Amino acid sequence: MKSEFTLKPERCKGCGICVAFCPRQVLALDTLGKVYVANHEKCIACGQCELRCPDYAIFMDKKVPKKVQRFDETTGLSITVEEVEK
Amino acid sequence: MTERSYEKFFRQNRLPHLWCPGCGNGIVMKAIVQAVEKKLGWTQDNTIIVSGIGCSSRASGYMDFDTLHTAHGRAIPFATGIKLANPKLNVIVITGDGDCTAIGGNHFIHGCRRNVDLTVILFNNNIYGMTGGQASPMTPLGKKATTAPYGSIDRPFDACKLAEAAGATYVARSTAFHVQHLTKMIEDGLDNRGFSFIEALVQCPTAYGRRNKIGEPAKMMAWMRDNAIMKSAWDKLTDDKKTGDKFPIGLFYRAETETYDEAYHHVIELAGGAK
Amino acid sequence: MSARLMQGNEAVAEGALLAGVRFFGGYPITPSTEIAEGMAKLLPQVGGTFIQMEDEIASMGVVLGASLAGKKVLTASSGPGISLKQELIGYAAATEIPVVIVNVQRVGPSTGQPTAPSQGDVMQARWGTHGDHSIIVLSPWSVREAFDLAVRSVNYAERFRTPVILLMDEIVGHLRESVELPAESEIEIYPRRAPKKSRAEGYEPYAPDEDLVPNIANFGEGYHIHVTGLIHDETGFPSGSPKVTRESIKRMHEKISRAADEIIDVQEEFMDDAEFAVVAFGGTSRTAYEAVLSARKRGVKVGFVRLVTIFPFADKIISELAKKIRGLLVAELNYGQIVGEVERAAKGQCAVKLCAKYDMTIFEPEEIEAAIDEMISEVDGE
Repeated sequence: MKSEFTLKPERCKGCGICVAFCPRQVLALDTLGKVYVANHEKCIACGQCELRCPDYAIFMDKKVPKKVQRFDETTGLSITVEEVEK
Repeated sequence: MTERSYEKFFRQNRLPHLWCPGCGNGIVMKAIVQAVEKKLGWTQDNTIIVSGIGCSSRASGYMDFDTLHTAHGRAIPFATGIKLANPKLNVIVITGDGDCTAIGGNHFIHGCRRNVDLTVILFNNNIYGMTGGQASPMTPLGKKATTAPYGSIDRPFDACKLAEAAGATYVARSTAFHVQHLTKMIEDGLDNRGFSFIEALVQCPTAYGRRNKIGEPAKMMAWMRDNAIMKSAWDKLTDDKKTGDKFPIGLFYRAETETYDEAYHHVIELAGGAK
Repeated sequence: MSARLMQGNEAVAEGALLAGVRFFGGYPITPSTEIAEGMAKLLPQVGGTFIQMEDEIASMGVVLGASLAGKKVLTASSGPGISLKQELIGYAAATEIPVVIVNVQRVGPSTGQPTAPSQGDVMQARWGTHGDHSIIVLSPWSVREAFDLAVRSVNYAERFRTPVILLMDEIVGHLRESVELPAESEIEIYPRRAPKKSRAEGYEPYAPDEDLVPNIANFGEGYHIHVTGLIHDETGFPSGSPKVTRESIKRMHEKISRAADEIIDVQEEFMDDAEFAVVAFGGTSRTAYEAVLSARKRGVKVGFVRLVTIFPFADKIISELAKKIRGLLVAELNYGQIVGEVERAAKGQCAVKLCAKYDMTIFEPEEIEAAIDEMISEVDGE
């Protein structure tokens, strides 16, 4: 996943703006009219949803790759690699 | 998640706001606080939000500054008094199309003329929303309102042209769709010493969009995306291309002129009242 | 200090300035313009601000903004201008913003007789803006008193956080008298009220103090207050509650009514032996006083009652008087306004007669004296 969503359902009024401007159809409204993340894997972390939400109900954080120390088996040295959480 | 830094500018216990689902006012309110956040030296203690009456003017209640929700149309005189009484304060006015260009029209043009150091942000939803959808001086020709059931025949104001002609020293327009651009226009308006005017087009799906069959909030915003043309591109268009719903956005005017508060300081010096 | 020849309107400007007014917003209108002109000259000399606004509504708005930002403020107008100010006089009452409004009355309704004296705005001063509200109205009869009441008006506005109307008339506004004005050290000044709690201690801007008046912070002091003309609770934010609505309207009345005995100022002369009395206020009371003196020379037992405070109305004083005497003659330059208040307060305990005039001219002492005689013979005949 490229992104992490935080939803504040108490603020969401179900206007559908985030759903409409999402270029990858990641978001949808549930039966109660609140936004939910329907296709997280399609998210490209563009942030259009948060940008235009008039109710400050959806927040998208890009997943920043974490730098971790790994032991490289071929060289026998400790190296730094970037790793994105699943 | 990382807590958004602008959230501190909102009175958390007042949210969610009272605006209808899909109303653009919330987008502009966020753009304002994000612009304030970028201004060095502007704090929640020295920035004052003044509003009139109407949907847009309810914004002041959600913003964690000293805030003043005045009477219909009167925000600019109140703001003028605050600024002149304490020029160290930064004063922002939030108003609507009815508030600013109808009942407050006189105050608006005279605020521009005096060039008091204020930043006025007009949330233009083309309608009186709070009272249920009556025609405003910025309702486009032919559009329906409860008081214009056959379509409006009143020629609308171009508030930006009005501001420029009346003497405002910063005039710009943006929309609720163009959020980053809108924030930049407001930020530059805050930078301007003098009377700054920013018209922010907002969708009113409830009182305007529905009656005029424009559709869902997102569709109204898509209309902004499809019809707003950046000033530089607009200027290159021939008149026959400036047709239909097309309208310009961007910075329209900027000038360096002495502000009223600076000019009055000279009066104090002449009168011998300077400390 | 040496005596100076000055006009009532000028005295108001000087009094307000000495009381600490540092901001004036106005609009030209006869016969109050000299107050604006005076402030335009005097305010910048002390580092204060004068601004001429685009209309009377804006003049009210600009001074209310300045008051919220911490300045003591004044505006002045007349006739049609006062009508326009009513909207924001109500705003000031509802939001409890200190402000003094001078009304130099002229003949109305509408444009009326712009340069002629009248006292036709008395009930407007009390009830001009919509909705239940309380207000303080003071009316001077001399140039020196115009100065003194300007000071008192500013002090009351600050102490009670209310609009105060200094109800002048063209007679006193344009009257020139030789006056000796007190020095700043000789007058008492009520300072701007200050919060007694910090934000951390749970400060609420509209929480009343013991005297029922809230200690509202000035803008820019870090309290992040919200001010609205919507009915609000002690936090300052709108409330749709019937209880909050009732309590806030009640408190705004009671903060003034509970101090009424102190605010109400009535001058009584020759009342020890009086069987009758003339009630008057403002410029008219000068003529009424002459009429009373002249009648007394003829042996008529008539006293003189002058309302310095018009509102809150001197109910108790008038009621007590009405018990002791046989008749009250109310002389006013209008079709009959304050007479209704006097009748209400007298509760039928004595006769109440009206001596009204509304023809651009001021009373002659003889007219009022004749009305005194007429009242006496009517009451004697009853």
